[in-house]
Amino acid sequence: MEILAFGDTGWGDELFYATLMTIAVSITAMFIGFLFALIFTPLKLSKNKFLNFIANSYTTIIRGVPELLVIYLFFFGGTGAVMFVASIFGYNEYIEINAFITGAFAIGIISGAYSTEVFRGAIQSIDKGQFEAANVLGLNKFRKFFKIILPQTLRLAIPNLSNVWQITLKDTSLISVTGLVEIMRQSYIAAGSTRDPLFFYSFAAVLYLLLTFVSMKLINRLEVRYSRGY
Amino acid sequence: MDLELMINSFPKLLSAAAITLKLLSVSLIIGLFIGLFFAILRINKNKLISKLAYGYSYVFRGTPLLVQIFIIYFGLGQIEYLRSTILWVILKEPYWCAIIAFALNTGAYTSEILRSAFQTIKPGIIEAGKSLGISNKVIFFKIQIPIAIRQSLPAYGNEIILMMKGTSLASTVTIMDLTGVAKYIISTTFKPIEVFIVAGGIYLLMTFIIHNLIKFLEKKYSY
Repeated sequence: MEILAFGDTGWGDELFYATLMTIAVSITAMFIGFLFALIFTPLKLSKNKFLNFIANSYTTIIRGVPELLVIYLFFFGGTGAVMFVASIFGYNEYIEINAFITGAFAIGIISGAYSTEVFRGAIQSIDKGQFEAANVLGLNKFRKFFKIILPQTLRLAIPNLSNVWQITLKDTSLISVTGLVEIMRQSYIAAGSTRDPLFFYSFAAVLYLLLTFVSMKLINRLEVRYSRGY
Repeated sequence: MDLELMINSFPKLLSAAAITLKLLSVSLIIGLFIGLFFAILRINKNKLISKLAYGYSYVFRGTPLLVQIFIIYFGLGQIEYLRSTILWVILKEPYWCAIIAFALNTGAYTSEILRSAFQTIKPGIIEAGKSLGISNKVIFFKIQIPIAIRQSLPAYGNEIILMMKGTSLASTVTIMDLTGVAKYIISTTFKPIEVFIVAGGIYLLMTFIIHNLIKFLEKKYSY
């Protein structure tokens, strides 16, 4: 257990901070994914064919192309894109984007495609009568959405969103290729310098299992909370 | 847009796609057997055996595929004993390490899909078989398995597509599959968007074909 000691002699503290980094990237990516879902779910449900097409292209492309390829696109293309935008505003120096932002954004876009599908399914499975009843009661659009539709959508969406969370959490391991020091990258470094890959990668697996286990427990609680009254 | 690069890299990427498909098909076939094996263990009445099968699927579904590949490729080579056995012939090849990881991973998901399919078979169907005097073995192979396969086709189709995307991780252990070649071209030309469009297009085409193939099978075996 010396190898996992905190401080200069072991890898304990490094792996601890790496785990925090994995959690931070996962939560940020999930949040970015929600923002994407917020934009694309209405487009998917819209009656406008063109808006449908845009939203469908987004979810189809992202869900049909490997995550690693998307990450490479952002890793190699991100700097170029930002510098291009900056050059429009007359800034021509080299800009380096933070690995955290690139990674969270790439995983966020992937996570967003899955979240969009979940929200679309949830809203579509709400009984039409609920919309009609809200109209009959004379609720305005705002209250109809936040008081009637959203609570029911969340209840239906949470079990599937927990799957999206699991996918997102596991996908963050791929960001290690960009050099961000999360669990996978830290294990790679530790395995390289101690020549003990079996131990460190197995330990990484245990850390991921722990994260999925704990988050499942928390999400189950949320599920119970949103199912009150059913 | 560098159209010339896109046209030039297309044949290279297409031949790399063949490696992706090879990785995918070999690991799916092995994974199907692993999945079936563990699904049968899962529905076993012995609590210990079914817990063991659950543990397998929990571990492989709860950890990233990248960790699994690294444990098998970098980790197992460290065990001195393994190096002296015949297994080393397989384990020293990155290609086979990737396939072992993929097969074990897809096996875990497949066992879950098949288990739920077995469990949704109505007991009446099995009882009908029994009352006709059919032996347990024949009931299993001629009644339960065909129904379970039909039931699990839609979910298994998703798993095939997820696995196809998963094979991209083979590029992390030096295999030049579609993603591996795409990354190589990107890092030598610094034209990520063009390469992404071509490589992504090939992946989407494969997704499209698999999706329709499964749809066709679903229709063929619907009742």
